[in-house]
Amino acid sequence: MRIGRTLTAAALLALGTSLAQAQDFKIGLQEDPDVLDPDQSRTFVGRIVYASLCDKLVDITPDLEIIPALATGWEWNADGTELTMTLREDVVFHDGTPFNAEAVAANIDRSKNLETSRRKSEVRSIESWEVVDEFTIKMALAAPDATLIAQFADRSGMMLSPTAFEAAGDDFGLAPVCAGPFRFVERIQQDRIVLEKFAEYYRADEINFDTVTFLPIPDTTVRLANLRAGDLHMLERLAATDVSSVEGDDGLQLERATSLGYQGMTINVGNGERAQNPLGQSNLVRQALSLSIDRAALNQVVFEGAFAPGNQPFSPASPWYNAEFPVPERDVEAAKALLAEAGHADGLTIEIQVANNPVQTQVMQVIQAMAGEAGITIELAAKEFATLLADQSAGDYTASQIGWSGRVDPDGNIHQFMTTGGGINDSKYSNPEMDTLLNEARLSTDPAVRKESYDAAVAIQQEDMPVIYLYHPVWIWALDDSVSGFQAYPDGMIRLHGVSQN
Amino acid sequence: MLGFLARRVLIAIPTIILISIFVFSLQKLLPGDPVLVMAGEERDPEVIAALREKYRLNDPLPMQYIAWAGNALQGDLGISLRTNQPVLELIGEKLPVTIQLAVMALIIAMLIGIPAGVLSAYKKGTWIDWLANLIALSGLSVPNFWLGIMLILLVSVKLGWLPASGYQPLSEDPLQSIRTMLMPAFVLGTAIAATLMRHTRSAMLSVLQSDYVRTARAKGLRERTVLVKHALRNALVPVVTVTTLLFGELLAGAVLTEQIFTIPGFGKLVVDAVFNRDYAVVQGIVLCTGIAFIFMNILADAAYRVLNPRMRDT
Repeated sequence: MRIGRTLTAAALLALGTSLAQAQDFKIGLQEDPDVLDPDQSRTFVGRIVYASLCDKLVDITPDLEIIPALATGWEWNADGTELTMTLREDVVFHDGTPFNAEAVAANIDRSKNLETSRRKSEVRSIESWEVVDEFTIKMALAAPDATLIAQFADRSGMMLSPTAFEAAGDDFGLAPVCAGPFRFVERIQQDRIVLEKFAEYYRADEINFDTVTFLPIPDTTVRLANLRAGDLHMLERLAATDVSSVEGDDGLQLERATSLGYQGMTINVGNGERAQNPLGQSNLVRQALSLSIDRAALNQVVFEGAFAPGNQPFSPASPWYNAEFPVPERDVEAAKALLAEAGHADGLTIEIQVANNPVQTQVMQVIQAMAGEAGITIELAAKEFATLLADQSAGDYTASQIGWSGRVDPDGNIHQFMTTGGGINDSKYSNPEMDTLLNEARLSTDPAVRKESYDAAVAIQQEDMPVIYLYHPVWIWALDDSVSGFQAYPDGMIRLHGVSQN
Repeated sequence: MLGFLARRVLIAIPTIILISIFVFSLQKLLPGDPVLVMAGEERDPEVIAALREKYRLNDPLPMQYIAWAGNALQGDLGISLRTNQPVLELIGEKLPVTIQLAVMALIIAMLIGIPAGVLSAYKKGTWIDWLANLIALSGLSVPNFWLGIMLILLVSVKLGWLPASGYQPLSEDPLQSIRTMLMPAFVLGTAIAATLMRHTRSAMLSVLQSDYVRTARAKGLRERTVLVKHALRNALVPVVTVTTLLFGELLAGAVLTEQIFTIPGFGKLVVDAVFNRDYAVVQGIVLCTGIAFIFMNILADAAYRVLNPRMRDT
């Protein structure tokens, strides 16, 4: 009897301690992610969840250097058409399936051939692959592709359990099985995504939480209120206008990193009939519009100075930025002179479409006022995003205020927008010289050689301006003061290795 | 009563079909292309073509509708374009949440609105009447989103009494579930309480002047009995009508309230679905809401018959 009681007490005590130690880390997200299948998903916010769920072949450092992750090393053959990767030997997927070269092969096949894969364009250059031994894989490329390694630092490089995706097919995203620090527990759409620590993770000692819960809270004010009330430990994408309030709060801390993406104005220069207007036809008018904008003031007014003004596809903080073309000062007189040279001395009127959210609308209103002083009257067409995108893609627009979330490799931020027939070249801009430069930049794996090509491409872009770049968003994370070890990355991801909370 | 219910259900069927055709066509009229949104930032033409094929978006509209309706009849409302989750499963997940919110809001609205209406009718022209009117009017005019954010800042951030947002299923932790729903239900309830109060007041005013109330008073009944048993019971018939109509308003109000308090209900689901052009989800939700609304109206008709025996034989 007494032994029974003691045992019960001991069991209760053990339960009590384990409950006390179970640590849940709560992260507030700006949106609810889409399907949790790295091959099918398309949202930025989904990638934040993957950072805890699905490890990749390679990763990046905060300085954008590519470092080993599931792959321990890689080697190109002399002409850059063959990539050999060696893999870690101590990795298992969350369902116990061993990670090896066969698994990598199955993953490449899925990214390339799954009917609804959104990764096809990222791995298109891989023509065939061969399992050399259990932990070595060799990929053959049709032509050299320097961007491939960087693709493996994102969704294309996320390794999913072949056992799981063969069983689930398209429905893999309902219960994803990967090889990351946490395994999937449950998801209630628009409410929460819960992951629990994976004990057999190869870097398990760096993970300090038993579970991590992602809570989508779209309203920035409410998201911050939740952090202040202690219902969240950290949140992503703090509104720039809330920065000063968080800085003044002793219980909170801030982390930031300039993103790889940009916001700008995409101009229709050759996409159907609506390109037939002064802005679409004359690069002088586009240059004038760019010169009429005070980018620093824009940043002050709309983002309280928290973002980074820009004029190129790469941010001034990026190693790929062309320093010969610094962010221009506003020059209304020069803008007027350019307009006069283009034959519009009396000014002109253009229409620009913008997504109907308060921030982007404010950006365009500020630009509207600035351009007005240079003689460019802007009429704003506010549209809901899905409509804006459809019109832009169909060429039913003059200019469009839109952005890009950014990629690790410079190619991802310029090639598809500026090359003839590029997948998202909605400007339908075409310049053979630009095509040559951007295609050549893909061929070399030598950063110095590539930098030369991109510098030359940026010089042409500054002259032709099919896109007028405005600013680069800065990722701003707000964290409870009790959280330590968080490191800000320019890709906006939340990596929980080494993060702790007490 | 049974015959009446059967008749009403039969009439409801064509209504539901009409609603579904209407919503289906309306969605297709919306500008914007779901596949462009779904294809991701890169908008790979190969992916776009595959998605169009998969979701049968290349078929003519009537064919798309017939395919959808055929599946719906077999209980398959399709899958969400955004998350691949079956729509029926999503609805099953979200419906109880919004119903809980709506019921709690309705209870709060009735607890405030009906007594306030009775009191202000009974004390017509006095300061009590004015005060009740003033409160009712502020309930109506204060926007939901503002009241919601203010409440979060006061009750959760400053006082720390209730969680700022989120949701706990009733089945998992009833107490916590009610705690998380209290603020949103209050925000939603106050807006409705005002309407309820005004209607109760005017119904009570006219009933209080009727002959049978005078008779009841002449019989020497206690004022409380006169008010509650004789006057209120009759005054409630129009109030029930209004409450039913308010159910629609509750669902609409829930859209905004759920956004503010991040409650994973119908409202949030439908807003996200519309923005993402997630056709199957929008279609499924509207169908369910339509059915729920018709069902509520049938219930209201039945309630009249319970409250007022004179209506029973019609």
